[in-house]
Amino acid sequence: MRQAAAIFLVAIFLVLLLADVVAPYSFSRQFRDIPNAPPTRGHLLGTDALGRDRLSRLFYGARVSILLAPAAALVSVLLALALALVAAVTGPWWERMILSGADLCLSLPWFFLLLAARALLPLNTAAVTAALVTFGLLGVLGWAGPARVMVASVRRHLQSDFVLLAHSYGSGPARMAMVHLAPNLLPLLAAQFLIATPSYLLAEANLGLLGLGIPEPVPSWGNLLRELENVSAIAANPWVLAPAFLLILVVACFHLLVSADKQVV
Amino acid sequence: MRLSDPRLSEPRPLGSGLHSRFALCALLCAATAWGQWGGELRLALRSEPRSLHPALVESAPELTFRDLTGGMLVRINRVTQELQPELAVSWTTEASGRTIVFHLRNDVCFSDGAPFTADDVAYTMQVLMDPALHSPTGDAFRSGSGQLKTEVRDPYTVAIVFPEPVAGAARLFDQVAILSRRSPQKETAVLGPFRLAEHKPGTYLLLTRNPNYWKTEHGRRLPYLDSVRLEIQQNREIELVRFERGDLHLISNVDPEMFDRIAAGGKAWARDIGPTLEGELLWFNMSPSAPLPDFEKRWFASRNFRLAISHAIRREDLCRVVYRGHAQPGIGPFSPANRFWFNQKLKPHEFDLKLAGQLLAADGFHKNGETLLDSAGHAVEFSVITNSGNPSRERAAALIQQDLAALGIRLNIVTLDFPALIQRISQSLQYETCLLGLVNIDLDPDGQMNVWLSSSANHAWNPNQKTPATPWEAEMDRLMRAQASALDPARRKALFDRVQEIVWQEAPMLYLVNTDALEVASPALRNLAPSVLRPRLLWNIERLYFDKRN
Repeated sequence: MRQAAAIFLVAIFLVLLLADVVAPYSFSRQFRDIPNAPPTRGHLLGTDALGRDRLSRLFYGARVSILLAPAAALVSVLLALALALVAAVTGPWWERMILSGADLCLSLPWFFLLLAARALLPLNTAAVTAALVTFGLLGVLGWAGPARVMVASVRRHLQSDFVLLAHSYGSGPARMAMVHLAPNLLPLLAAQFLIATPSYLLAEANLGLLGLGIPEPVPSWGNLLRELENVSAIAANPWVLAPAFLLILVVACFHLLVSADKQVV
Repeated sequence: MRLSDPRLSEPRPLGSGLHSRFALCALLCAATAWGQWGGELRLALRSEPRSLHPALVESAPELTFRDLTGGMLVRINRVTQELQPELAVSWTTEASGRTIVFHLRNDVCFSDGAPFTADDVAYTMQVLMDPALHSPTGDAFRSGSGQLKTEVRDPYTVAIVFPEPVAGAARLFDQVAILSRRSPQKETAVLGPFRLAEHKPGTYLLLTRNPNYWKTEHGRRLPYLDSVRLEIQQNREIELVRFERGDLHLISNVDPEMFDRIAAGGKAWARDIGPTLEGELLWFNMSPSAPLPDFEKRWFASRNFRLAISHAIRREDLCRVVYRGHAQPGIGPFSPANRFWFNQKLKPHEFDLKLAGQLLAADGFHKNGETLLDSAGHAVEFSVITNSGNPSRERAAALIQQDLAALGIRLNIVTLDFPALIQRISQSLQYETCLLGLVNIDLDPDGQMNVWLSSSANHAWNPNQKTPATPWEAEMDRLMRAQASALDPARRKALFDRVQEIVWQEAPMLYLVNTDALEVASPALRNLAPSVLRPRLLWNIERLYFDKRN
């Protein structure tokens, strides 16, 4: 299974990286005579409301998101890991401060910060910049949830025998954090990463409502998934589910790989 | 159930015991015709009203709130388009149309019990004309250069004296919700069918029956409904899902895609009422104080540039692709649906890329590869802002983006939440172009004074001008004031025809499409009298009721 998942992921990455070659059309080309068309030979997944080829948009959109959403998720979980390790080696006062910061971060209405971010950005922001800002914000703001989980895990590890043994060997705080604790947090980090990635894909689509997110006509996985909000139209046009199926497949393959890694660890 | 039974209409011999059944049916019929009391009507506003002050109505949410709570002296019947008395039982004009005298009802109280008198009308006019308030409703009354005056002749007679004669002045009062001078609750004391009971910002407004509402039916005070809940719901897909679940009872101005789906489902009341007075339009920020580079200001100030953009847009595609045939190409301030005031000589700006190229070349624009450059070598790239959560508008922007790409213009689409968008177009002026629909609530051009007068806050492309920035805006000011004062309808028509011509020639706002009125409602809702004029389904809110058998 692990091998199949790896092959599938490699194939998907290759297709997405070569979207310029494999996509039948440009993601922005509008076939205005056939909007909302069902799948045909020319358009295997049909066309969207503006007559754009869904398959081409899926290739391009997934390429953007599959690189940036995991990157943002990685930023979040690495920040969380760093803070959890700081809490572990600096004592209970810092741990309380970090947890309070996480609580504060989770309870703050980030909507206003995002509105401010939009106000600060020029209106003529290039799609690449907009994408980087959006996923950057998601990555930086998303540390609190994973941090709470990791701090709790670190606390448990601090009671364990291997930490006691490391102390008895005279391990310093840095060595304790990097050599003894961090490797034990990796499975948790991977799990948090897998949880964060799809949620960031969707968050990017929702940020479009605030003028953030990836602007038209560049597709993203998130804004392709937004078509699924139209629940009652799905039954009549089931092919709009293609981005969701692909997302499920990709995330499932990641899970398979990570769970296999966990068994090895 | 029995009333719809066809057997009841079959002839039957008298004295067969059906007398009592017939009497019962008649009673039920009567009960149905009278309406059924109670129930809560739930509908969604697409954004939070920026103000609940009835004089500060700028966009659809405030308009809806005012129409549900405000009491007016007169009201335009949205179906017959005739003016009918409300709080004023009658009115007369004096001094060759400079003065309008209202004779008021003498048995009306505000929602808090304060009596309604001529003093309240005088106070309302004073508030509307307060320059510090910047009331868009007040703009419609600024027809002449002098001050508007109010004379209270007795507790139930009030005269409004305009600086110049005003044609059809009474119609203007269809938009004026009367405020209470004496009530301690100030503008929350209302004369309309509902009053504000609860407001949770960002979530909902709950309006409950005004216990002192003056209209009655069969001895009981209207409205039939106990309450109206206005939920703030920006996302139209969610609004539709909630409508289909029965959480919401009515959606006005439905997206064409949703409308087709609901109509095909056959479970809800769904009507395409026909072309409206409203349209989607795109305008350029031409304000000299806008924080834009000078070269961009020069683009937008150029008539050739604006016309070139207009001729590069395929309006037929907008109607067909985005609005699924439920729209007509836009022409100008009024659509052909307004048979009297529409200027029949005008046609939509045709799609003509060659002409667009020539217009741009005349201003020194030239192409470098696939990019259009101005005479100073700046690449022509600008943004269009529009409100998020409106798929039709977002799609229209995407079509225009591709149309302009054919000229070598790069258009960046930015969707913003509605309050942020309004803040940009009315206060910070931090935008380049805007794609939006303007709400047109009156058949008469006087209702558009607040758009065309250069001094108005709603003069979209360059608001609040101290003196007109261009000769054609000065001419429009003069024409709008002249038509507002002229008493001869033909003369008014000629003056407003010229205003429409100027808008068509100068293209400060590009009229893209006139949309059809697409309305859906719960099949249980009765007494609906749809109109292409706003508020389309709510104008007779006091008489709407739920058929509880449904």
